[in-house]
Amino acid sequence: MSDRERVLGRVRRALADVPEDDTPYERAVPRDYAREHGTRTVAETVELLAENLADYRAVVHRCAEAELPALLARLLVARGARKVLAPDGLPSAWLADADLVAVPDLAASTPYELDAVDSVVTGCAVAVAETGTLVLDGGPGQGRRRITLVPDHHICVVRVPEQVVASVPQALERLSPTRPLTWISGPSATSDIELDRVEGVHGPRTLEVVLAGVIPSVGGTGQADGTPASVGE
Amino acid sequence: MNETFVGMPAFPEAAREALDDTTLRGNLRHATHTIRAKRAATVAEVSDWAELREAGSRIKEHTLRHLDRYLEQLEESVTAAGGTVHWAADAAEANRIVTELVRETGESEVVKVKSMATQEIGLNEALEAAGIRAYETDLAELIVQLGEDRPSHILVPAIHRNRAEIRDIFRTAMAGWGRPAPEGLSDRPAELAEAARLHLREKFLRAKVGVSGANFMVAETGTMVVVESEGNGRMCLTLPETLISVVGIEKVVPTWRDLEVFLQTLPRSSTAERMNPYTSMWTGTTDGDGPRAFHLVLLDNGRTDTLADEVGRQALRCIRCSACLNVCPVYERAGGHAYGSVYPGPIGAILSPQLRGTASEIDVSLPYASSLCGACYEVCPVAIDIPEVLVRLRERVVEGGPAVREGNRVVLRPARGHAAERAAMRAARWTFTHPGALRTGQRLASRARRLRPRTLPGPGAAWTATRDLPEVPAEPFRDWWERTRGGKEETT
Ligand code: SF4
Repeated sequence: MSDRERVLGRVRRALADVPEDDTPYERAVPRDYAREHGTRTVAETVELLAENLADYRAVVHRCAEAELPALLARLLVARGARKVLAPDGLPSAWLADADLVAVPDLAASTPYELDAVDSVVTGCAVAVAETGTLVLDGGPGQGRRRITLVPDHHICVVRVPEQVVASVPQALERLSPTRPLTWISGPSATSDIELDRVEGVHGPRTLEVVLAGVIPSVGGTGQADGTPASVGE
Repeated sequence: MNETFVGMPAFPEAAREALDDTTLRGNLRHATHTIRAKRAATVAEVSDWAELREAGSRIKEHTLRHLDRYLEQLEESVTAAGGTVHWAADAAEANRIVTELVRETGESEVVKVKSMATQEIGLNEALEAAGIRAYETDLAELIVQLGEDRPSHILVPAIHRNRAEIRDIFRTAMAGWGRPAPEGLSDRPAELAEAARLHLREKFLRAKVGVSGANFMVAETGTMVVVESEGNGRMCLTLPETLISVVGIEKVVPTWRDLEVFLQTLPRSSTAERMNPYTSMWTGTTDGDGPRAFHLVLLDNGRTDTLADEVGRQALRCIRCSACLNVCPVYERAGGHAYGSVYPGPIGAILSPQLRGTASEIDVSLPYASSLCGACYEVCPVAIDIPEVLVRLRERVVEGGPAVREGNRVVLRPARGHAAERAAMRAARWTFTHPGALRTGQRLASRARRLRPRTLPGPGAAWTATRDLPEVPAEPFRDWWERTRGGKEETT
């Protein structure tokens, strides 16, 4: 008998005295937990994202879409970054102002080559306000999973408000499980030594997040005022 | 076959040793109290915690009830996505499969993500016997591996070590495993982490084979989920050409949507964070991104035996958050090593004797490694009634009865030669000589628990009959928690 049959047979025998239950799964589990916690305007959701990102020690910047090239150039200069990895699909305008050696994201490049890169600039698939999380799914402008891991400095651009959701349930709805997904909440960190939090054990030690786009003001004058972030999705 | 720490004394002796070690107790107390205070605050942030806990518990319960169906579905989805599924009835088979898979790659070293399942089966030792070196890459696991030590906590395995000890371990042992510790290494956590970064980066960059466990597997889509903090997980999961994941069969959940529950409850319960720094999700293989070959080894190793017990099976709902360890008055004083298995604390006390059976002295004593105070049940994000299972196991040890071992129905005889009685009485004596543990326990015990018996079965009964138990104050757990803020120290 194969181990497969053995294990499945044991499972069935173990459950032999459990009464039949044909309840469809949709009804078997109560899901009366919240789809998002609290009610916020779009502006407030973006604000919460910024707060939670910063709380987990990501460096947060904001700008209008048109100011992105200048801001990215400034951040890279401040870092002294020369070799910068720019994945396929990253709008070419974004890095147009920066003086750098652009490194492409190639399947053939070795981890050692990646290790020699100063910084990586990517977009993201969705950002979760309640948890301060960025999710990358390998889509355009995001590249392979390893490019946001090996270099020590990651700048991630989030288009606000359209890429921002309030909660984890809302984020999962937008994502496809068929793509490789990386959820990032602040820079790499460990608390293994006397529970002191130390950033950057293995992943990037510095995570900078640029919230780019029309940022509606918290006071409620923005065009998107009062509209939940997920409307229209 | 299961990893029991060789020559492990029964719980009370091991615990007594730990109590003599004041450094260990100090480190442990600091850590558990810090985490549990933080956890309470993070959990309080979510208004629907009770609903999330109920959903999590029901998802797991439903999955276990239809486990065969979900495992088959999982196998199908993983295969369709380009992965290969293997089944292992026990530790020996799992180790054999992994060893062969590594051999086929022609490599003689692997990088490992922290994983309870691979510790449970003793994979590193099995690989070593086959001439394959396994490098632990989680910082705490690295400390344990370099220190030739054993893990003492699910989440922070080196919780029993302080910074000075860690520096000494790095200085002495790093060179033997690869890049040596930097000259003049101090005990500042940032410097220690940097030393680990340099030491391990060298291994990550050249690694061809990664070995991991997984926190969740989604039957519907074949998606695997690994939750971590440091990025060592991402390194092992994405840089190598071959990835082998060894995962207990109880880790399956039916649907993609189910992750919305556990991704909210797990980080808050374990590290007390809104979200852990990194979560990786992958489905089979992806062209040009990540490993070219993905192998999933589905591990039984006592899980189906556990499933056969209608009370004990709830232990399989565990998502290994470790919250129960941090609130346990017995764990806090005894330390993780006393439990003699990779699963310490309250969950270890119910899981190990079920996975391994109650043949050894340590496994007979584990159901007694508790004051039945119920704090573990209160914090458990999937509502496992640990005290209920403990009582069940005590009954089993003392009175014997039907059980399932390695898939076969057996009738257990009462533990021979009064082993159980000895274990119970020693545990009792130990508790009575450590009034802090007892007092905490008894206060909490006053909470009316539907399933808590008035007397303990077997030697427990003897215990309650021959000892004058101090008055149990009529104070419910919540009041006690509020009054003592859940973290105020008991003097021992
Ligand atoms: S038993 Fe519950 S509290 Fe303990 S580790 Fe498992 S899930 Fe967490």
